[in-house]
This record gives sequence, C-alpha cells and structure tokens, in this order.
Amino acid sequence: MLFGIEWDTSDNLTFAISILPILLRGLVVTIQATILGFFVAMVLGLILAALKAVPSRVVSWPARIISEFLRDTPLLIQLFFLYYVLPEFGLVLPAFMTGALALGLQYSAYLSEVYRAGIEAVPRGQHEAARALDLTGRDTFARIVVPQAIPRIIPAMGNYLVSIMKDVPVLSVVTVLEMLSVARIIGDRTFNYLVPLTMVGAIYLILTLLAAYGVRRLDRALPKTGIPMK
Amino acid sequence: MTDPIIKFDSVGKRFGAITVLDDLDFEVANGEKVTIIGPSGSGKSTILRILMTLETISDGVVYVAGEPLWHERRGDALVPASEAHLREMRRHLGMVFQSFNLFPHMSVLRNLTEAPVRVLGLSKSEARDRARELLDMVGLADQAEKFPHQLSGGQQQRVAIARALAMRPRIMLFDEPTSALDPELVGEVQAVIRRLAEEHDLTMLLVTHEMRFAREISDRVCFIDGGRIREQGPPEELFTDPKEERTRDFLQAVLADN
Repeated sequence: MLFGIEWDTSDNLTFAISILPILLRGLVVTIQATILGFFVAMVLGLILAALKAVPSRVVSWPARIISEFLRDTPLLIQLFFLYYVLPEFGLVLPAFMTGALALGLQYSAYLSEVYRAGIEAVPRGQHEAARALDLTGRDTFARIVVPQAIPRIIPAMGNYLVSIMKDVPVLSVVTVLEMLSVARIIGDRTFNYLVPLTMVGAIYLILTLLAAYGVRRLDRALPKTGIPMK
Repeated sequence: MTDPIIKFDSVGKRFGAITVLDDLDFEVANGEKVTIIGPSGSGKSTILRILMTLETISDGVVYVAGEPLWHERRGDALVPASEAHLREMRRHLGMVFQSFNLFPHMSVLRNLTEAPVRVLGLSKSEARDRARELLDMVGLADQAEKFPHQLSGGQQQRVAIARALAMRPRIMLFDEPTSALDPELVGEVQAVIRRLAEEHDLTMLLVTHEMRFAREISDRVCFIDGGRIREQGPPEELFTDPKEERTRDFLQAVLADN
C-alpha cells in the first residue's frame, strides 16, 4: 500500500492496473518538478544570457564562469550541494524545492546558450536601426531583439523541456517522491520490479512524445511574420 | 555662411591597420543637400555611420549643431562622450539604411510609432497621427496595418524613410537607399527623397551610386577617395567639368555603366 492505495499482485495485468493510480501520483510530482525547474531555468537563463552579453567584462566574465560551471558539473553534485550544504548556511528548503532549483540552475546554463544563439541570430541591422531611432539598450533588447529571437529558439527550448523531464528521476536521491522513486518503492515491497519500471518507462515515452507534439504545435502557431529563420 | 550643422574637424577613422578616413575636413550647412560619391571602400558610408553614432572615430572632432558628437565639453577640454550625450545628439539625426532594417515583427504603423512613443514620450494616439501623416506623404497610407514582409522593397524603404522622419530629425542620412532595390522600384524611393529635398528644410546627406539622382537633388556633390574629399562642388560643375584626374576616372567608370 502506498498513498493509501492498495495493490493486487495476483497477476501482472491486475497488478499494473492497481498501481497505475499510485504511479500517477508520482507523475504529478514529476510534472511539477519539470515545470518549476523549467520556469527557473527560463528566468535564470535569460538573466545569464543578458549578463554574458554585457560589454563590460567585469559583468560578463563572472556570468560566463557561472554558466560554464553549471554546465560542466554533474546535476547530481549540484543537487547534493544544494541539499546538504545550503542547510549549513541556514537555508533549508523542502526536498522538492531543492530538486526543482537544482534542475533549474543546471538548465539555466543550457538555456542561456539557447537564448544567446537566438539573440545573435537577430541581424546587426536591427540593432543599428534601433540605435538610429535612439531606443535605449533595454528597449532594444526587450522590444526588438527578444520578440525576434523567440520564434527561433522555440524548438531548442522544447528539446530542453523534454530533457529536464527525463532528469527528474535524479531527484529521487534526495527523497523526492517522483514517479521513478514511487515505482522503486512498489518494487521493493512487492519484489516485482518489472511491471512498475516498465510502466514508468512507457509513461515517460508517452510524455515525451506529447511534449514534442506540443512544441511542434506551438512552433507552428507562433507568428513568424517575416522573421528570417536560419 | 552661418555655422555649419555638421562639421568634421580632422577626423580619422581606422579599423586596425586600415585607414578609412584620413584627416577628413568636411562641413555641411543647415538645410544643405549633399551627396557623397566615390568608389566602394572609400569611406562614404563611414561618414554617415559616424554621424549616426554607429561607428566611433579614431581622431579629430565631429560637430553636430555646434556640439561635439563623440565628445563632451568639460571646461575647455573635450572628453569622450557618455551614452547620455550620444542619446541626446542622436535626436538631431535620422538614418535610412541600404537594407531598410524595418522591424519585421511589427506592423508598418508600429514601426513608425515605437520610437516616438518610447523615446520622445508621445502618446500613442499622437504617434499614430504623426505616423499616418508620414505614411500618407510616402504614399503608403493604406499599408499601415501590413507587416514589412508583405511589402515590396521599394515600399519597405519608403516606410523606413517615414520611420526615420517620425523622430523629426534635422538631419537625414541616406546610406545607399536604393542599392538593394530591383531597378523598377528605384524610382518610387527616389521620388520620395526628391520631394523631401524640395519641400523641407531638412539637411540631407546622401551616399549613392545613382549619379543622375545625385545631380538632381544635391546642392553640392563630394567625391571621396582614400578617406579624403578629393573634389567637391555644385553637381553641374563636378559632373560636367571635374578638375581632378581621379574624379574624371571615377565618373567615366560609373557613367559608362549607366
């Protein structure tokens, strides 16, 4: 029994049906972690990208170093760091929050590169026209550059969304009850790992296919009004 | 002659080892229409780009409306300009680019209202009124809701001219405004520029390869080569009776093409 839901181990199919509601509880946590992590990554990634683009090296270099550090160290180490080290400085977050933050941090570095590529693909002439019209740097970025970069970066963003979802099981090591850890608990208690793990794999496959489909739809729905797509 | 609205005082511009402008002295009077001609790589566009603050200078001082453009006065000394000073100075100038550079994600109308609202602080309705007037002037009143990619190159360039005018500059810079256009679209853009030249007291600085057009609209034509003005004068004089060998060679070469 888990989350107050009993399972029936009489045969594999009955077992599978009986544990599906339990796994779906885990799935909810997986999706929450994905969404929260991705949201953090989008926001932090944009900040990192903006800082990396600042002409002054005093600003851009620390941003680069942080970004490089986040990309080049394993997610698990970053997760352990946040989970075990931050409390030493008096910052205690719930396991779920810590996990989502760790995902968000690592992916912010990836997304900052996606943003950067999107931003750099906006032609020079656009910056020059904005300057000739005396728009401020901030207005140029927010109103001229970003709107043109977004349609270009949607496909890459979609890939990272799927990728972040596939990394959520890492959070199981800090006791977050996402789908994989739920499946493992079921396996531990029933000595049947085959069925829950297979189901988790299948659910993941469905999820990623759905996400990929959603991104394709979004990509098609976004107005590209004459923005040259390279 | 009253004080020039544009003045280049011994201006040098280098990109690494390449000298683009070499100790250039150049003046434009208020309201004057000046065309700059010369071989490619001679520094023609650089003059405009320096004025629009898209390109810095290496030596000398540029004055616009009596104020140093790339410098600020501090006491008697000139120090490099701050961004705030550059922003202020840019208000004097508008620029039309060879490649139009309209904002592709905005409607024609928003291309014209964005900067007046954000920079000049006009209300949206004021900015729209001004934009519609200007679109009417360039003959595109009925295209306000379209997006740039729905327009022909000639129409896009006319929108770009209107966009620059929406900021009410005193000086308009045209950087080869018809070079990227199909031949049959050149005329409509030239007609708009010609009207501007005839009906407004704008100071205009034009870089072009269209010699006939230069001749029609300019008060003065400058032939520039190797980063220096080699010869200048009224168009009828420079085109019919060039004094310098280089000018003659250049004119012969380009006029043979036409």
